[in-house]
Amino acid sequence: MNRQRSTFLITVLCFGYAFLYIPIIMVMIYSFNDSRIVSVWGGFSFRWYLALLDNRQIIEAALLSLRIAFISATIATILGTLAGLALTRMGRFRGRILFTGMIVAPLVMPEVITGLSLLLLFVSLQDFIGWPGERGATTIMIGHITFSMAYVAVIVQSRLMSMDQSLEEAAMDLGGRPFRVMIDITLPIIAPAMLSGWLLAFTLSLDDLVIASFVSGPGASTLPMWIYSKIRLGVTPDINALATIIITIVSIGVVIAGWLMLRQEKQRQQDVQLAYNNNL
Amino acid sequence: MSSNLPQQRIMDILWRRFVIVAPYLWLFIFFLAPFAIIFKISFADPIVAQPPFTPLFNFSVQADKWFYFTLDNYRFLLEDNLYWISYLKSFKIAFISTCLCLLIGYPMAYAIARASPVWRNVLLFLIILPFWTSFLLRVYAWMGMLSTHGVINNLLISIGFIDQPLKLLYTDFAVYVGIVYSYLPFMILPLFANLVKLDFDLNEAAADLGAKPLVIFRDITLPLSIPGIIAGSLLVFIPALGEFVIPALLGGLDTLMIGRTLYDEFFSNRDWPLSSAVATVLLLILVLPMMIFQHHQINETDYQE
Repeated sequence: MNRQRSTFLITVLCFGYAFLYIPIIMVMIYSFNDSRIVSVWGGFSFRWYLALLDNRQIIEAALLSLRIAFISATIATILGTLAGLALTRMGRFRGRILFTGMIVAPLVMPEVITGLSLLLLFVSLQDFIGWPGERGATTIMIGHITFSMAYVAVIVQSRLMSMDQSLEEAAMDLGGRPFRVMIDITLPIIAPAMLSGWLLAFTLSLDDLVIASFVSGPGASTLPMWIYSKIRLGVTPDINALATIIITIVSIGVVIAGWLMLRQEKQRQQDVQLAYNNNL
Repeated sequence: MSSNLPQQRIMDILWRRFVIVAPYLWLFIFFLAPFAIIFKISFADPIVAQPPFTPLFNFSVQADKWFYFTLDNYRFLLEDNLYWISYLKSFKIAFISTCLCLLIGYPMAYAIARASPVWRNVLLFLIILPFWTSFLLRVYAWMGMLSTHGVINNLLISIGFIDQPLKLLYTDFAVYVGIVYSYLPFMILPLFANLVKLDFDLNEAAADLGAKPLVIFRDITLPLSIPGIIAGSLLVFIPALGEFVIPALLGGLDTLMIGRTLYDEFFSNRDWPLSSAVATVLLLILVLPMMIFQHHQINETDYQE
């Protein structure tokens, strides 16, 4: 009976992972297709990659997206970390339920609602205080910070909950001020969580189409907006090449980050073990 | 150590305030307040102006009324079939997709939870990896799989299963595939987090006492994994209900999902008040599942404390 069960589970896993990976692998294979007709294999070539390099629009859109992603991920990490601290280290405070609601809701809120509501906010603010003037990179950043700080907050929060609070308490008992304790003790421990939060915020921003379409102005077109305007009409070989580049870079980044974090965690466990042995 | 200087106490209090107030204020201004504005504009009339809707309050001299509001947008939502069909169809597609995700995701999460620790890390990483890479591009990948001369049709024709290519892309079927594909990690991760904590000694004890595997699953594993099922299902269902990219790229003209209808209403018809009304109703539909989700999250965190 046990053997039957594990055969079943292994089959499910194989099909599941095939389902997750085959479409991406096919895009990558077809990005090297020489033929202009996407579905017919016409030999191996790099021509679509070379075509991308000549396309000024793509390069400008990519640079804009990277700039927006970098700035919004950084601010979202700061605000999200503060939110994570507020939820785990500040006890009860007035409006805590509303606060958790505002942290949790952006994780599931349909993007069309977030996008529309932010645009209407910007339009109303424009009427009342004359800001933000031209909509573009800044308004997109604000939108991205708002939904990605919730992801950072959840990641940091779960790290803070799993960490041993006695270290911080000991430092406080010895007279450490809360701010210093946080800089010297808490921050180094939650740094890996902040890094994964930053990376997640970065990729979420790089990937967002809907919110950017709503809050952007006529001047600013991000990479996803540009991609969407092209693929609405069907599959094109240069987007295959672009997709391959983006997916490869992100995957390598995630693998390296995951490996670094695993190594750091192992190192930490070794240190703990060492300290324990020395004290015996 | 001069730790009790009044100056330092003030700094401590200010720091505490800052930690709470900074993210609170940001979310209040850019997440919560905009909903009030959506609500307000949903009672306005569309006009050809900048911005393209009538103000709720108008204190200028030439205005005949200082307060103007209309229920026309909501009346229109009720009368025009397009919106009814969109809401119902979104609900149906989101519900069926959630069930499909659960059917595929549960055995996968279970298998990962029962794997050896080394394998577990690798398998889990492979679930998370696609979640990091572009959502838009992963949906795009299915356009290449499903199109008339795409990978699946070519394969089926070459093995002689069909002679004519099937119409797969731009159908409801493609939308189901796209949603299940994109949201599967959201189902698997909370299920895994739940299943990995289960005490499998219980299962073994039941097996020793002669219970059949299916009975063990039904009476022990399944009831204990209900929190994971709820979290995963809501993480799929709520965003899927308002999904725009997947129906826009993979769906046909008749795949009316409410996110897409709202987007078109806004960008093609430029009817801001009507889109606001559509969004308000969608929010009202989502309030209940979101409250369940939040309640669930809070329970989870309190439990861990």
